[in-house]
Order: sequence, then structure tokens, then C-alpha cells
Amino acid sequence: MTNVRFQRSEFEKHIKLDEKILEKISLLGTPLENADKNEIEIEVFPNRPDLISLEGFVRALKSFLGKDTGLKKYKLKKPEKDEKVVIDKEVKTIRPYTVCAIAKNLSLDNARIKSIIDLQEKLHITLGRNRKKAAIGIYPLEKIRLPIRYTALKPGEIRFAPLDSGEMTASQILKKHPAGKKYSDLLKGCQKYPVFLDADSKILSMPPIINSSETGRITEETKSAFIECSGHDLELLKKTLNIIITTLADMGASIHQMSIQDSKPIVTPDLSPEKTRISIENINKLLGLHLNQKDISVLLEKMGHELKYPYVYSPAWRTDILHEVDIAEDIAIAYGYDKFKSEIPNIPTSAEELKTEKIKARIAEILIGLNMNEISTYHLIKSEEAKLMKVEKPLEILDSKTDYKILRPNLFIPALRILSENVDTEYPQKIFEIGPVFHAKEKSETGIKENDSLLIGITPGNFTDAKQHLDYLFSSLGLDYQLKEKVRHGLIEGRTGEIIMNDKPIGYLGEVHPLTLNKSGLKMPLAVVEISLQEIYDLI
Amino acid sequence: MEHEMHKITDSLSPLEIKIIPFLGLKVEEIVKKTGLDMVSVLRALRFLENKGLLKLKQEKETIIDLGVNGIYYKKNHLPERTLLLLLSSKNILSLEEAKNLSKLSDNEFKVSLGVLKRKEFIEIKSGKIFLKIAKGGLAEKTSEEKLIDILPIEKSRLSRDHDAALQELRNRKDIIEIKEQSSVSFELTEDGKKISGKEIKSDLAEEVTTEMIKNPLKKQRFRKYDIGSAVPRISGGKRHFVNQSIQQGRRIWLDLGFKEMSGGLVQTSFWNFDALFTAQDHPVREMQDTFFIKKIHGSLPEKKILDAVKKAHESGLDSSKGWRYKWEENDARRIVLRTHTTALSAKKLSELKEDEIPGKYFAIGKCFRNETVDWSHGFEFNQSEGIVIDPDANFRHLLGYLKEFYRKMGFEKIRITPAYFPYTEPSLEIHAFHPEKKNWLELGGAGIFRPEVTIPLLGKPCTVLAWGPGFDRLMMEAHKIKDLRELYKNDLKRLREKKAVIK
Repeated sequence: MTNVRFQRSEFEKHIKLDEKILEKISLLGTPLENADKNEIEIEVFPNRPDLISLEGFVRALKSFLGKDTGLKKYKLKKPEKDEKVVIDKEVKTIRPYTVCAIAKNLSLDNARIKSIIDLQEKLHITLGRNRKKAAIGIYPLEKIRLPIRYTALKPGEIRFAPLDSGEMTASQILKKHPAGKKYSDLLKGCQKYPVFLDADSKILSMPPIINSSETGRITEETKSAFIECSGHDLELLKKTLNIIITTLADMGASIHQMSIQDSKPIVTPDLSPEKTRISIENINKLLGLHLNQKDISVLLEKMGHELKYPYVYSPAWRTDILHEVDIAEDIAIAYGYDKFKSEIPNIPTSAEELKTEKIKARIAEILIGLNMNEISTYHLIKSEEAKLMKVEKPLEILDSKTDYKILRPNLFIPALRILSENVDTEYPQKIFEIGPVFHAKEKSETGIKENDSLLIGITPGNFTDAKQHLDYLFSSLGLDYQLKEKVRHGLIEGRTGEIIMNDKPIGYLGEVHPLTLNKSGLKMPLAVVEISLQEIYDLI
Repeated sequence: MEHEMHKITDSLSPLEIKIIPFLGLKVEEIVKKTGLDMVSVLRALRFLENKGLLKLKQEKETIIDLGVNGIYYKKNHLPERTLLLLLSSKNILSLEEAKNLSKLSDNEFKVSLGVLKRKEFIEIKSGKIFLKIAKGGLAEKTSEEKLIDILPIEKSRLSRDHDAALQELRNRKDIIEIKEQSSVSFELTEDGKKISGKEIKSDLAEEVTTEMIKNPLKKQRFRKYDIGSAVPRISGGKRHFVNQSIQQGRRIWLDLGFKEMSGGLVQTSFWNFDALFTAQDHPVREMQDTFFIKKIHGSLPEKKILDAVKKAHESGLDSSKGWRYKWEENDARRIVLRTHTTALSAKKLSELKEDEIPGKYFAIGKCFRNETVDWSHGFEFNQSEGIVIDPDANFRHLLGYLKEFYRKMGFEKIRITPAYFPYTEPSLEIHAFHPEKKNWLELGGAGIFRPEVTIPLLGKPCTVLAWGPGFDRLMMEAHKIKDLRELYKNDLKRLREKKAVIK
């Protein structure tokens, strides 16, 4: 989720906002999070990074509202003599691609610089997957000499002053510089690190980590800029670059292409539209509409596309058009989600409840008849609870933001927690819970066996209470069981039984040992029953 | 008037009848005379008050009483008196001698010296204590001793002369104890005065006995109850209100002709993510967002499905471009606590037989995300999932099913806006208008499964409508809960008192 804020005054230089237009913003697919005197805030979904910048968003909204519709064209100047970037072989195994552009006639003020940096950062996080897939560098052209070389050097050969710091070696940057520390993983294991060099072999940056402080920061004085995106996925890099340069172009800059001298030379940026084949029939069938070619053409133009049936030409900065269905959604958005008429088709299906759900509901009903209250607890337990109850082979979560880190192996542990949280509530307390418990099981699809369990807890309660409840439940279900004496951690020896049904152990009942009660913070005697429901499901 | 009194005496309970002869006395004395306990007497008095026979007065008073040390000192002496008595026999003593001979504790000794110095009874010079006061003066009690003699006393009755002594003793450990006490007294009304002191003989029956049933008398009169008076609360067993709501949601989907899907909370990443066209580097697949299980890796489905899913991701199928990256089997084997019930829908699609299309399926169940817990977040949440597999289904049908579900849940007005999920296109977000709060609630997402999802799982293209909006928000509204944590808290008192929601 990316939330983006625009100054309302800046925004209204392009589009005057009123209630109706604010409403439309959400219908474009950018939920309006907030709009006040000073600011508007929208959410941009990950499929539309081209809407992150004010310029990109205004471009889309204007068109959606019916102004300047259709495929927007930008003029690109062909690369001049030195406007090129040479990619060396050294870097091909490390971070193989870069696409670059030059922007001239920039007129930057603080607000624009801030918004460009903001766009760059948000693209790093979203499209760039935290700079892994794409990292962007923007440099004042006045401070560097073309052509540019994209290469890789040994850490020992890299020495420059990164942003906000004095001169450092590559290793120092990775160890000490905040950006270096944050992104050092991206260069882990590399023998050489990627660098951009200018014609004087001055280091411009060490992507994807940091720019040089001398050449790596645009200011209000910057009139021309060199822009590069480096990474592993050429298509994605092109889109990223396109999002940036169209934003700059909308700010009034003129964009110059560069020739990228790779094993297969290319010229970037490339704004030629993408082509998707559609069928009017498919679109109408999917959306439940009756649109003709003209309707579709008008709707597509509102979303910035152009229809030359059967092909749709889409802007080169759209990252989300993978298939005809993506075009269908744009048509639906242009048509207006608020205009679709709902309909329930008459298709013959018959309802069916899961048998296990029926049995669970029946068991709950029987226990409620015994004045028991159902509880509903977390499926995870705390590590200390697992330790206290000597859980064998706990199934642990890799990373949890709370104390709850282990899949519950039974319902007894959570029940103890709930009862301890209710020590001051009126007694007697009679509770039950039905829900899955988890155990490791090799050779199953997930390696974990998930089994519904039933827990009954009665406090104050003794063995007789527990057994009475179990008797009543089993006789109500028309089932039989036997008890076998058993020792179980946490329960009193000699007052604990294993519940056997059809010669198979399915659970236990007994009185909880005062030691366990004390450690769990309980104050009253407690009797429990816990049975696995799987065997009961099989019998009923 | 006589008739009125009769009505009252007919309704007297045995408890009331027992105390009426003693109504001229104070509450404590009634307790003594009747042999009843205080609680019963108070209850009887309250009953009589309800009948207009008396007026209860409850007063809070502050009692100044002796503390643990105070009781001891009253029996023996205050430590300063002990020291004075010692000095009166010796006149001059070194500090050390005085301490040893008096047998006072360090603290008592220090306090005593301080008090006596302030009262100018003694003088200390070069380590020696001199008695300054004439021996005759020693006989008189100090103000502190005088205070101790009159305790316990109600604060308002304590004269101002004792203020200083009270202050002094309160500063010392456990000599004084101040207690809040409420005392009950009552005043008889005119009717009360008439009845007070009377022995009431009653031929009214207290309860229906088995004897009475055997020999029923038409004339039998029963004591009248005050039917408006409160009775002790009882509470019964209940399902947890979360499960009550889930039952309600399940019922609605069943009424709409849906079949219920089953499936575990634990899933392989394959079913939770890969089968749903969620790229392996999508942020939701990082452990900051999702619960992965340590050390365990699962197994993958048959090769046909696996290859198709791999192709959908790597290069796309059915004219899709795919996500263009190298898809790794090992990532798909990682075990997760399902992040959405949509994992069940994916699995269901892969199991469908030709004659099960068209089909409609639902599930309402728990899902997980790696999240801290506060009033609006938690690491567990419930989702209401549904799919409709129907070659003729369309976007308007999707709206139809959703509208009908929410209408039955009590929301007449639904609005949809565009949304994004990796596995649906078009995608939408559902908002419901809250009829009382007059605002829009954001309920969650829905859409039509992408061909990159359906083709590998069904083996052919087919429209599948899908939704998985959260269910907790609806429950919070239904049970008027503002804090999400309450859904998971299990406060037995609240569970017992919870009102039934019928819709």
C-alpha cells in the first residue's frame, strides 16, 4: 500500500476540486483517504505506480474526467554524440541492466525537488522491491561529463564521498553509511560492485546503494539531469524510467534519449505504446455489458489508451497490462463502477453444509444445554505457555510481532489463559471450545496435522464433574467410551484418565494439579476434558 | 386505611415478620434480638422500605481508632511515657544508658526524645538527658495519652483540642487507624409506627408444599410478593458471539445455494500465493507480513498444475505476459498460516470435476497476518469467502451475489470502487452504508479470477467470480463493538451478558 499526499494548492493548479470530483477520485481506483484545506491524500495500488507523482495522477484523472483523453504522446530528442552509456561486461553478472535518459530545461524549486525525490523513493519501494529489482539515480548534468560508463569495480578500487558523508571506500560505505547498512544485502557475495563513471572516470554512484555527494544531488540550480535506472529486469527498468521522465516532461522538461551500448544496443527511454489484442465479445461477456466498438474506444481513451480494433495501444508507463482482462478492467472503470446494475443469475446449484460443521454445531448445542459458555481463543500460544506445559516439538512461527509464536497443540493451554484472565468473574465457570489443534506430521501436504479438538473446563470442578459432562455428551451423541488410568503433565495422578473409543485413545480428562493452577494464575480447582473430534466425525 | 394495612401485612415475608416486633430499636440491636445476621436484617429493612413502612438512611462516617501499635501502647505505655518514668527515677542519664534501660527500639527511642524535647520535658546536653519538668508535672497525662484514651471515636465528635495530638500520632507508625464506615439507620413512617412492635400472626402460606397439593384448599391464602422487586441474576450457556455471527453468515450463503468448502488454516505457499498468481517477490510473501512456520516444507500438487502455474508466473499463458522471473519450487513449499480463505478457493478449483460446473462455494473462517494487536488490528481475522464457477458469469453477477449477501446481513446499500489484487481482474472493493451511523464501511475485496489463476487450476478458461471480504467488521457492527480485541478477549462476564443478535 502506498499512500500519496498532494498539496491542495498545487493540485488545483491543474484540476479544481469539488465534491463531485473528489467522489470520482475513488472511482478511478485511487481511494481518497483524506481531503482537507491543505492536502489531499490518496492510496495508490501497486499496479499503478504511474499515479504516484502529482503529474502522473493529474494526467490520469484529467483524462478520466474527459479532458485531454487518449494516448498521450511525448516528444523525445534523439541521442546526440556523447549522449550514451556504455555497459561493461564486468557488471553483467552483478546488476546487468541500466536504462538512462537526459532531462533538459528543468525548472526546479524546492517543492518539485521534494516531489521528485518522493517519487524516486516510492518507486524504489514498490516497483523496485526495495531497490532489488530497480534503483534510480538522478544527477545534475552540469557536474558530469558524458559519455557514461556502467561498470563494476573491486571494492578496493571504489573510493568516493557518498551523500551526507566524507570520502569512504566501498567497504566502509556498506559498513558505516546508513544507506550502505540498509541495502548491503543487495551486494552480498559480489566480488565487484557496480558503479557509474563519467568521461573523467569520476564515480557518480554505486548502485543500488548510494550516489556521490559531488554529483548525486539535484538542486534548484540544476537545469539538466542525467537519469539512470539499474537492475535485473530490463522491461521493468524501462517502465520505471518512463514513469520518471514523463513526470519530468509534465513539469516542462525536454527529454533526450540516450543510446545504451550493451551486447544488444538499445535507445532509451522508449515510449512506444504497448499493444494488447482484445475482443469486443470477450469484454462484454466478462463485464455483462453491451458495448459497441465506438463505446469501447471512448471508454479506453478516458483511461489513456487508444483503440485500433482489435488492438489497444497503452501508455509505455503502464506496468499492469498483462492480458486482455486488464484492459477490461480499465473499460469497467471508465464506464463507472457506480453505473453497473447488479444481477443474480439463476443457476441451478444446491446448498451443502460441511458434515463436520453440523457435528460441531450439535456438540455446542448439547454443551450449552449444560449451561456452558463457549470461548474462542487464538490459534497461537505464547512460548512461555508451551514451556510451562512441556509441549514437545513446538511448531514455531518464523517471525511474530507479538508474544504468540507457537501453533497450539491443544485447547487446554489457551483455556488456562482465558480462565486466568477471568479469576474475578463469578463462579462456577463452565467453558468449552471447539477448534483445530496442530501437530507435526511427516509425509502430509503441509507437514502439519490439523485436527478439531473439544475442550471442556469446569471451575471449581472435580473429576466427577468432568466425567458427568463427558457421559452426558457421549450418551447424547449415542457414543460409548472407556477410561484408562493415565499420567499426564499438569493433571493429578490417579485422577486422570485416557478416553478410549473403539480401542483408540481420543483424549483425556482429569483434575488439574495445583502446581499448574498456581503457575497459570488460577485460584480455583479445575477439571478438564479434551477430546479429538476426528474419530467422532468418522463415526457419525 | 385498615384495608391498606391489611394489604401490607399480607405481603410481609417471614423475615420482615421476624423483625417487626423490634422496629423500635437500632439496627445493631435488631440483629442481637432476632438472632438474624446483618445482611438478612438489612434485606428485611429494605423490603419494609419498599412497602412504605420506613425510610432507610445510610451514612458514611469516619472512625478514628487505634492501630496495631496503638492497641499495644494503650495497654502498656506510649514510649515517651516509658522514658519519662525511667528518667523520673534517675534524673540524669546518658543517652546510651537511657536507651538500654528503657528497652525501647531505635525508632521508639528517637521519637520519644523528639516528643519530650518539644514538650520541654527534657533537655539534652553533651550526650546526657536532663529532666526539666518538676516531678509533680509527670503525673499529668500528655495530650497524646488523653487522645488514646477516648478512641475509637467518630471524627466529627472529636473536639479541636485533640487536633495536634492526632497529627502527632498519625505521623507515627500504626498508632492510629482511620476507617471509613457506613452505618445504616432508619426512621419509621406513620404506617411503620402503627405496625412497629406488633407480633404479626399470619395464616398466609409462604410456599406451595406437596402437602397442600395432596389436600388442596380453595381458601388457602398466600403471602403476596412484591413482584417488582429485583431477583438474583442467573446466566445460561451460550455459543461465543463470534461463532453465532459466523453461523448467521454461513446460513446466508447456504440459503443462496452455496456449498461449504473445507480446508486447513495451515497451507503451502503454493495454494496461498502461487496458485493465486502472487509473484514470489510480492511483499505479502515476506515474513514481516505473513506467518511462516519454521523448518517445515510442504509438498506440491501434481506436475500438470505445477507446470501450468510456473508458466503463468514466468512467461504467462493465454496471451498473458506473466510476471517474467524465475519461479522457484522451494518458495512454493514454504508453509504459511493462510493469509486469506482464497487459498481454499484455489484448491477447490483444482479439484472440480466437469459436472460440478457451474458451481457455487463458500467458506467463512480464520486467516492470519503478522501484525501487532490494537483496537483495530490483530493477527487473526475472519473472512467470508465465495466463488462462483460459471462460464456465463459476469461482473454484474458478482455485484448481485455480494449485494444479496450484505442485504441479508442488514446492509441495504452497497457501493463498489476499483481495487487491486494480483489474482483478480477486474477487482473491486465493497463498501456498505451503515443505516444508523450514516457512513460507508469498507468491507473488503472481490473480483473475477484472472486467467493466469483459472487456466492452470481448471485446465481451461472459465469465468470464476471470487470474493473474500473480512467478516470481523460486520461482527463489530452487529455486536456494537468498537475495539476489535473484544472479539478475541473471552471476558466471561461479557460473554454471559451478550445479547442475542437475530437477523
